[in-house]
Amino acid sequence: MLLGDIAHVRTGDKGDISQISVIAFDPADYPRLLAAVTVPRVLAHLADLRVRQATRYALPGLGALNFVLEGALSGGVTRSLALDAHGKSLGAQLLDLPIDDDVPGKDAE
Amino acid sequence: MRPATIRIGAGAGFAGDRIEPALELVEQGDLDFLVFECLAERTIAAAQQLRQSDPHGGFDPLLLERMRRVLPAARARGVRIVTNAGAANPVGAAHAVAALARDMGLRGLRIAAVTGDDVLDLVRSAEHPLIDRPGTSADLARIVSANAYLGAGPIADALAQGAEVVITGRVGDPALFVGPMVHAFGWSLDDAALIGRATVIGHLLECAGQLTGGYFADDGRKQVPGLARLGFPFAEVAADASAVLGKVSGSGGALTLASCKEQLLYEILDPGAYAQADVVADFRSVRFAELGPDRIAVSGGDGRPRPDALKVSIGYDDGFIGEGQISYAGPGAVGRARLAAAIVEERLAIISAPVTELRSTLIGLDSVDRTGRPPEVDPREVRLRVVGRSATAEAAALIGREVEALYTNGPFGGGGATAAVRPVLAVASTLIPAAQVRPAITLVEA
Repeated sequence: MLLGDIAHVRTGDKGDISQISVIAFDPADYPRLLAAVTVPRVLAHLADLRVRQATRYALPGLGALNFVLEGALSGGVTRSLALDAHGKSLGAQLLDLPIDDDVPGKDAE
Repeated sequence: MRPATIRIGAGAGFAGDRIEPALELVEQGDLDFLVFECLAERTIAAAQQLRQSDPHGGFDPLLLERMRRVLPAARARGVRIVTNAGAANPVGAAHAVAALARDMGLRGLRIAAVTGDDVLDLVRSAEHPLIDRPGTSADLARIVSANAYLGAGPIADALAQGAEVVITGRVGDPALFVGPMVHAFGWSLDDAALIGRATVIGHLLECAGQLTGGYFADDGRKQVPGLARLGFPFAEVAADASAVLGKVSGSGGALTLASCKEQLLYEILDPGAYAQADVVADFRSVRFAELGPDRIAVSGGDGRPRPDALKVSIGYDDGFIGEGQISYAGPGAVGRARLAAAIVEERLAIISAPVTELRSTLIGLDSVDRTGRPPEVDPREVRLRVVGRSATAEAAALIGREVEALYTNGPFGGGGATAAVRPVLAVASTLIPAAQVRPAITLVEA
């Protein structure tokens, strides 16, 4: 399965930081997110994104992960040369990240 | 007597936001307060430059249009308005709104301007370490503005002084909502847990339609009805800083658990430490519950005492960006666009154009995609975009000129060339001691 089958995402920006939340449609799938959507996998999926530092925050109570990608916006919205200076389109590109079916989730109940 | 609950509506989530949803909220939302959030990071820097050319200007150009549309209904229903649309000139904005109110027959309307966020002199007087990148404020050659993110205190004070419209410059976005709560419930700003929960509510509302289904729809995965008449949200806030979120019945959009979770985390870095002027809010214990269609209860959240320092956005002049675009279609379109890019880059070298960071991307292929994956099928069309930076507008214009020259000097079939140059007002962030910032209130009557 793909990330977009079990989760939705929203992307925001703060200065030169891109922030992407990944939220399970069903909280029962949160363990799958925790296991599959790791910092190395996110960075490998967005292979052309240059990032200075990446951090993942876990929010089990919301069934969500929050990724903070520092230095990802080529200097930030106000001076970036990128077409999508906010990086608004970044989170959507994670939706086809493959998710391992072996980790228990909603359908394992 | 203190109210049991108050209703605060979100009338705008950015400077250019739609106006009708705010009017709908005033007329049908049974509001006590309406908030317009209209100030992006660099807007205030641009406004500061406007004020230099016009001492009466420097506030949001749409402010008067918004006020003209909502003031009659707001005044008739006792809905008080809070907005950061004062940008670089809250006092000028207050006088302009007073003049408008007089013209509209709304005599006696009380308008407050909150000032004190402008800390340009303080920032210029010393070297301040930047918090969003290595270096200090001294590395920013041409600083045009510096504004501290104020808290909810001066907004609550202005409301206590009887203001029906409160116009600020830079304040933390959630503070626009926390201010009315503090005023209505008589909270202490030192109660960190309470202000932390109030900050959660303010944060959920600050982007208006992004809570009620805007920035959410994805065909097949996430359906949202009626986005062309998207209803903006309100919060019915109780004295313990819990709230029920809603929107006007019959308006477009969808307020759901999923839309609330997305907006809670929107532009949040560490969810356990969301630093504002009044509090360091903790979002980790926030919970949502669906009470009915488009009705979501929000509870939880926490806070720790306010930081000693305020965040300051420094706007600085950072030269110019030059850009050119041209489209290619049909078999071999990608190859011709790549050839065109190579020609432009060689041309700029031949004429020794003083441009840096030159980059060429193909829109439809690799301009926003960052996966680096090759396309599964050859695109039928692509658009070359060449962009670079320069110290002067004249040099930046050379990029677009060389792209346009591809019409007759480049590969065959190039169409729709465009060229653009824009000045760059960039923003950097620093901290200054909160004790050095002194907010003030100016009352104006129509």
